Amino acid sequence: MRGWLQPHRIVLILIGLALVWLCVTQMRWDWLPKYAPMMAEGLWRTIWLLVLSSIFGMALAIPLGLAQAAGPWFLATPARIFCTVIRGTPLLLQIWLLYYGLGSLFPQFPWIRESDLWPILRQAWPYALLALTLSFAGYEGEVMRGAFRSVPRGQLEAARAMGMPRHLILWRIWLPQALRAVLPTLGGETVLQMKATPLVATITVVEIYAVASRVRQDTFIIYEPLLLLALAYLALAGLIVLAFRWFENRGPVRHRPG
Amino acid sequence: METLGLLSFSPPGWGATLLAGLWNSLLIAVGAFGLGLILGTLGAWGKLHGGPITRDLLSMYTTIVRAVPELILILILYFGVTDLVNQILIAFGHERVQISGVAAGITVLGIVQGAYATEVLRGALLAVPQGQVEAAKAMGMPPLLMARRIIFPCMLGLAMPGLANLWLIATKDTALLAVVGFSELTFATRQAASTTKAFFTFFMAAGAIYLIVTLLSGWAFARIERWARRGEPRNAGG
Repeated sequence: MRGWLQPHRIVLILIGLALVWLCVTQMRWDWLPKYAPMMAEGLWRTIWLLVLSSIFGMALAIPLGLAQAAGPWFLATPARIFCTVIRGTPLLLQIWLLYYGLGSLFPQFPWIRESDLWPILRQAWPYALLALTLSFAGYEGEVMRGAFRSVPRGQLEAARAMGMPRHLILWRIWLPQALRAVLPTLGGETVLQMKATPLVATITVVEIYAVASRVRQDTFIIYEPLLLLALAYLALAGLIVLAFRWFENRGPVRHRPG
Repeated sequence: METLGLLSFSPPGWGATLLAGLWNSLLIAVGAFGLGLILGTLGAWGKLHGGPITRDLLSMYTTIVRAVPELILILILYFGVTDLVNQILIAFGHERVQISGVAAGITVLGIVQGAYATEVLRGALLAVPQGQVEAAKAMGMPPLLMARRIIFPCMLGLAMPGLANLWLIATKDTALLAVVGFSELTFATRQAASTTKAFFTFFMAAGAIYLIVTLLSGWAFARIERWARRGEPRNAGG
């Protein structure tokens, strides 16, 4: 801590505090009490979109990575094509394709309109969740491919020599080591996924970015909601980084050279 | 399949609109990538050789830009830069101007790219073998010549994968400008799709265009990397 708190840093921190104080006193924050409940709701929606899409995306990414690293060609080729297409097109385009494309296709089939799922399919969030999940799966599938390849062959051969069945090798030897190897990468990728969530506001999902845009439209205040928004995302990113660091420190300690 | 006619170039079709959008997208991507490289070079140099205050300010820049969604940075910078330029113009007694979408897009995405480029180039600079630099200094090479002949060729191969990634991010980030209503490829596609109601046709076509750009640039960057690494031993380090 002492090494961190050098004289020039104290000056920088004081300048920063002065800037914050200027922002608080000189800018308009009178809209805040009225919109605070909506903002909290929006923040909550952002968080669950992020968590669910990351979990589902990861669940898809593991088979995608495995298929590319060790699968037969009829599984490896579609997996590679999926990852290339997802990584090669903008997420905004994918979201709009799913929402406007599927959304305009579904009402044409009466059996979908009469099914119990229709009230859900008429809302925007399933498409947002699906698009974010597929995007995360595409990027992480590529990461997992490298991770599965990075596990030393000797480990798998030893397990096979002990007569372990294949699913047990995957579950006990291959997957844990692959996941440990990519944990730092996954932390960064989750921050990227968080940065992608405001895009779903364009298909009328009311998360925190959409609330801030609404404040802008209602009150014609431009900077204040955006600054608050930037602060909220900074805090979220910090939390993600801390959570992943905690995960990394929990497992067996890796001995790094130096 | 009659919707495929909508992609033709003559007026009932929207092909020309899409291509104009693609041109705008590529223009902004190239400009932002270039600006990002300039900012990244300055940033990497400052992070390695600058004083303590420069280093702290630079790490704030890279941290904030990499943690806040591009969409929000675009909005803040878009409104902020326009405002700032206008206030300066008014202070000097000029008329208020409307900043062109291309210029604003390049500035905003360039600042975002600069933060990522700083990290990529810093890593590459650090990986240049110290002995090479010392040898050049011992031979009495002036700093600029050393940068051009020794450091730049050495770090080019190391920085190439990161730079290729950045270029792909730049092309895809241009789609975000659709949200502020700038007429690049994604925005043009949405206009065409909502006018004709042929959502699948147009979004698939735009996806294919982006994919072609991605694959072509992936191929080009792989060639540049192979060229940049031409002097290196095949199994370096391994």
